[in-house]
Amino acid sequence: MNIHAVRAIYGFEMARTLRTLTQSIVSPVLSTALYFVVFGAALGSRIPSVDGVSYGAFIVPGLVMLSLLTQSIANASFGIYFPRFTGTIYEILSAPISAFEIVAGYVGAAASKSIVLGLIIIATSALFVPLHVEHPVWMVAALVLTSVTFSLFGFVIGIWADGFEKLQLVPLLVVTPLTFLGGSFYSIETLPAPWRQIAYLNPVVYLVNGFRWSFVGRADVPPEVSFGMTLAILALCAALIAWIFRTGYRLKT
Amino acid sequence: MQPILSITDLTKTYATGFKALKGISLDIREGEIFALLGPNGAGKTTLISIACGLVRPSGGRVTVGGHDITADYRSARGMIGLVPQELTTDAFETVWDTVTFSRGLFGKRRDPAHIEKVLRDLSLWDKRDATLRTLSGGMKRRVLIAKALSHEPRLLFLDEPTAGVDVELRRDMWRLVRALRDDGVTMVLTTHYIEEAEEMADRVGVIRGGELILVEEKAALMRQLGRKRLVIDLAAPVPGLPETLARHRLKASADGAQLFYTYEAAAAGAPDLGGLMQDLAGAGAVVRDVTTSQNTLEEIFVDLVSQRA
Repeated sequence: MNIHAVRAIYGFEMARTLRTLTQSIVSPVLSTALYFVVFGAALGSRIPSVDGVSYGAFIVPGLVMLSLLTQSIANASFGIYFPRFTGTIYEILSAPISAFEIVAGYVGAAASKSIVLGLIIIATSALFVPLHVEHPVWMVAALVLTSVTFSLFGFVIGIWADGFEKLQLVPLLVVTPLTFLGGSFYSIETLPAPWRQIAYLNPVVYLVNGFRWSFVGRADVPPEVSFGMTLAILALCAALIAWIFRTGYRLKT
Repeated sequence: MQPILSITDLTKTYATGFKALKGISLDIREGEIFALLGPNGAGKTTLISIACGLVRPSGGRVTVGGHDITADYRSARGMIGLVPQELTTDAFETVWDTVTFSRGLFGKRRDPAHIEKVLRDLSLWDKRDATLRTLSGGMKRRVLIAKALSHEPRLLFLDEPTAGVDVELRRDMWRLVRALRDDGVTMVLTTHYIEEAEEMADRVGVIRGGELILVEEKAALMRQLGRKRLVIDLAAPVPGLPETLARHRLKASADGAQLFYTYEAAAAGAPDLGGLMQDLAGAGAVVRDVTTSQNTLEEIFVDLVSQRA
């Protein structure tokens, strides 16, 4: 194990975050705070409680998940795409470092940033709504697992993208709509048929509900199904990355 | 002694069907400076890229210090430093950080003293806190060399190291390359500047169309293929070459004031310069001055490439 290399990549990526603190941390925290003001305070005051939980507290897991998914993807995809774009990837590919170690460095850093961001957003939300975490260990587990999973997904996008436009394509056109439609702001059970059944095809439903269960102890989907779905997405992303390094897709000719 | 780099029957065919390398075999001895010459698209960069793990070979085998670059890539790559052709740098990093990053990437512990030595050797110490985007092209080139040297490689690949740099920096680089050789670093450099190979290389390889058409000690190459040219300045122009000079196969300048005599320096039998002078005197030509010049490696290279085209 080339631990020095993993540390070098991890440190390099974390240093970039510190250089771009406004973009990395302040901006997502601000936009989440705006969601709380609009959905929690302005509109939420007119919505009765959901399953005995105030609407403001109900949307916290969904809002955290929205930031977690988009930021994990953005951090990891940019992290690996930028050296491809500038050409400095030559150094990574010519170093005595395995595919696992490369991924550990980039994905580890992207996931770390997302976890810190998630915790900051949770702390911020406590300023707006009364917050109670029913299963704190599972909450942290879900936070870590989701961050790692979607950082892996971001890594795949960063390899696949051949321009900055494509880098934004999947997060903007796929992940954000799926998150909005994935029960972040409402319970899937309130949807009429057949939209309820269709909603369960959305993988983000399981992520949001697993996270919500850890906060309020209730969700539209059993927690084991939610965690199983997260692990399945993680396995799929890991398999894709293994294929990328085995074939050299967009890395080696 | 085991070669530090051994290439056997190396082939590379790209997905487009282009055959970049057609069965290259080459051994690089430890401690030497090997210059790989060839026209654009000859396969020089592909060869280096395969050795460094950037391009996948289609066939053949490459070992570095006895370690196979595929099966034992960690050991092989750990011995290699690469200075790429393109000026690829992280624009927002500082010189110190980017060189330190490279050392870590190659599995070495932090060693600020070594990084300082490398930066001082490359005249980068004063720029250690500067971000790379603020540096000139020449300085960026030095940074790339510093990155390649950060992990103390035994084999250094320099792909067009002085492309686009000024004369002063080029001379600095040559000094650095010699100093590295004195420290025991083996170097393989590709270059378009024949002058560079002539100045520094111990051996020269010429690659063309994916085939290695020649590998030779530079001195031997110069000796074997170098032609000498004798330029004879005459006191008065000779109108047309007299019959008595025909056997010397002289050529005259347009105005007849100069005669040119070309001969193989290493050809069997010494050139009959005495006979030439006697014949000139016999033909009534008064010699004012005589100069000789030897073929440069560039002329040899152009001859080789055109002969085998």
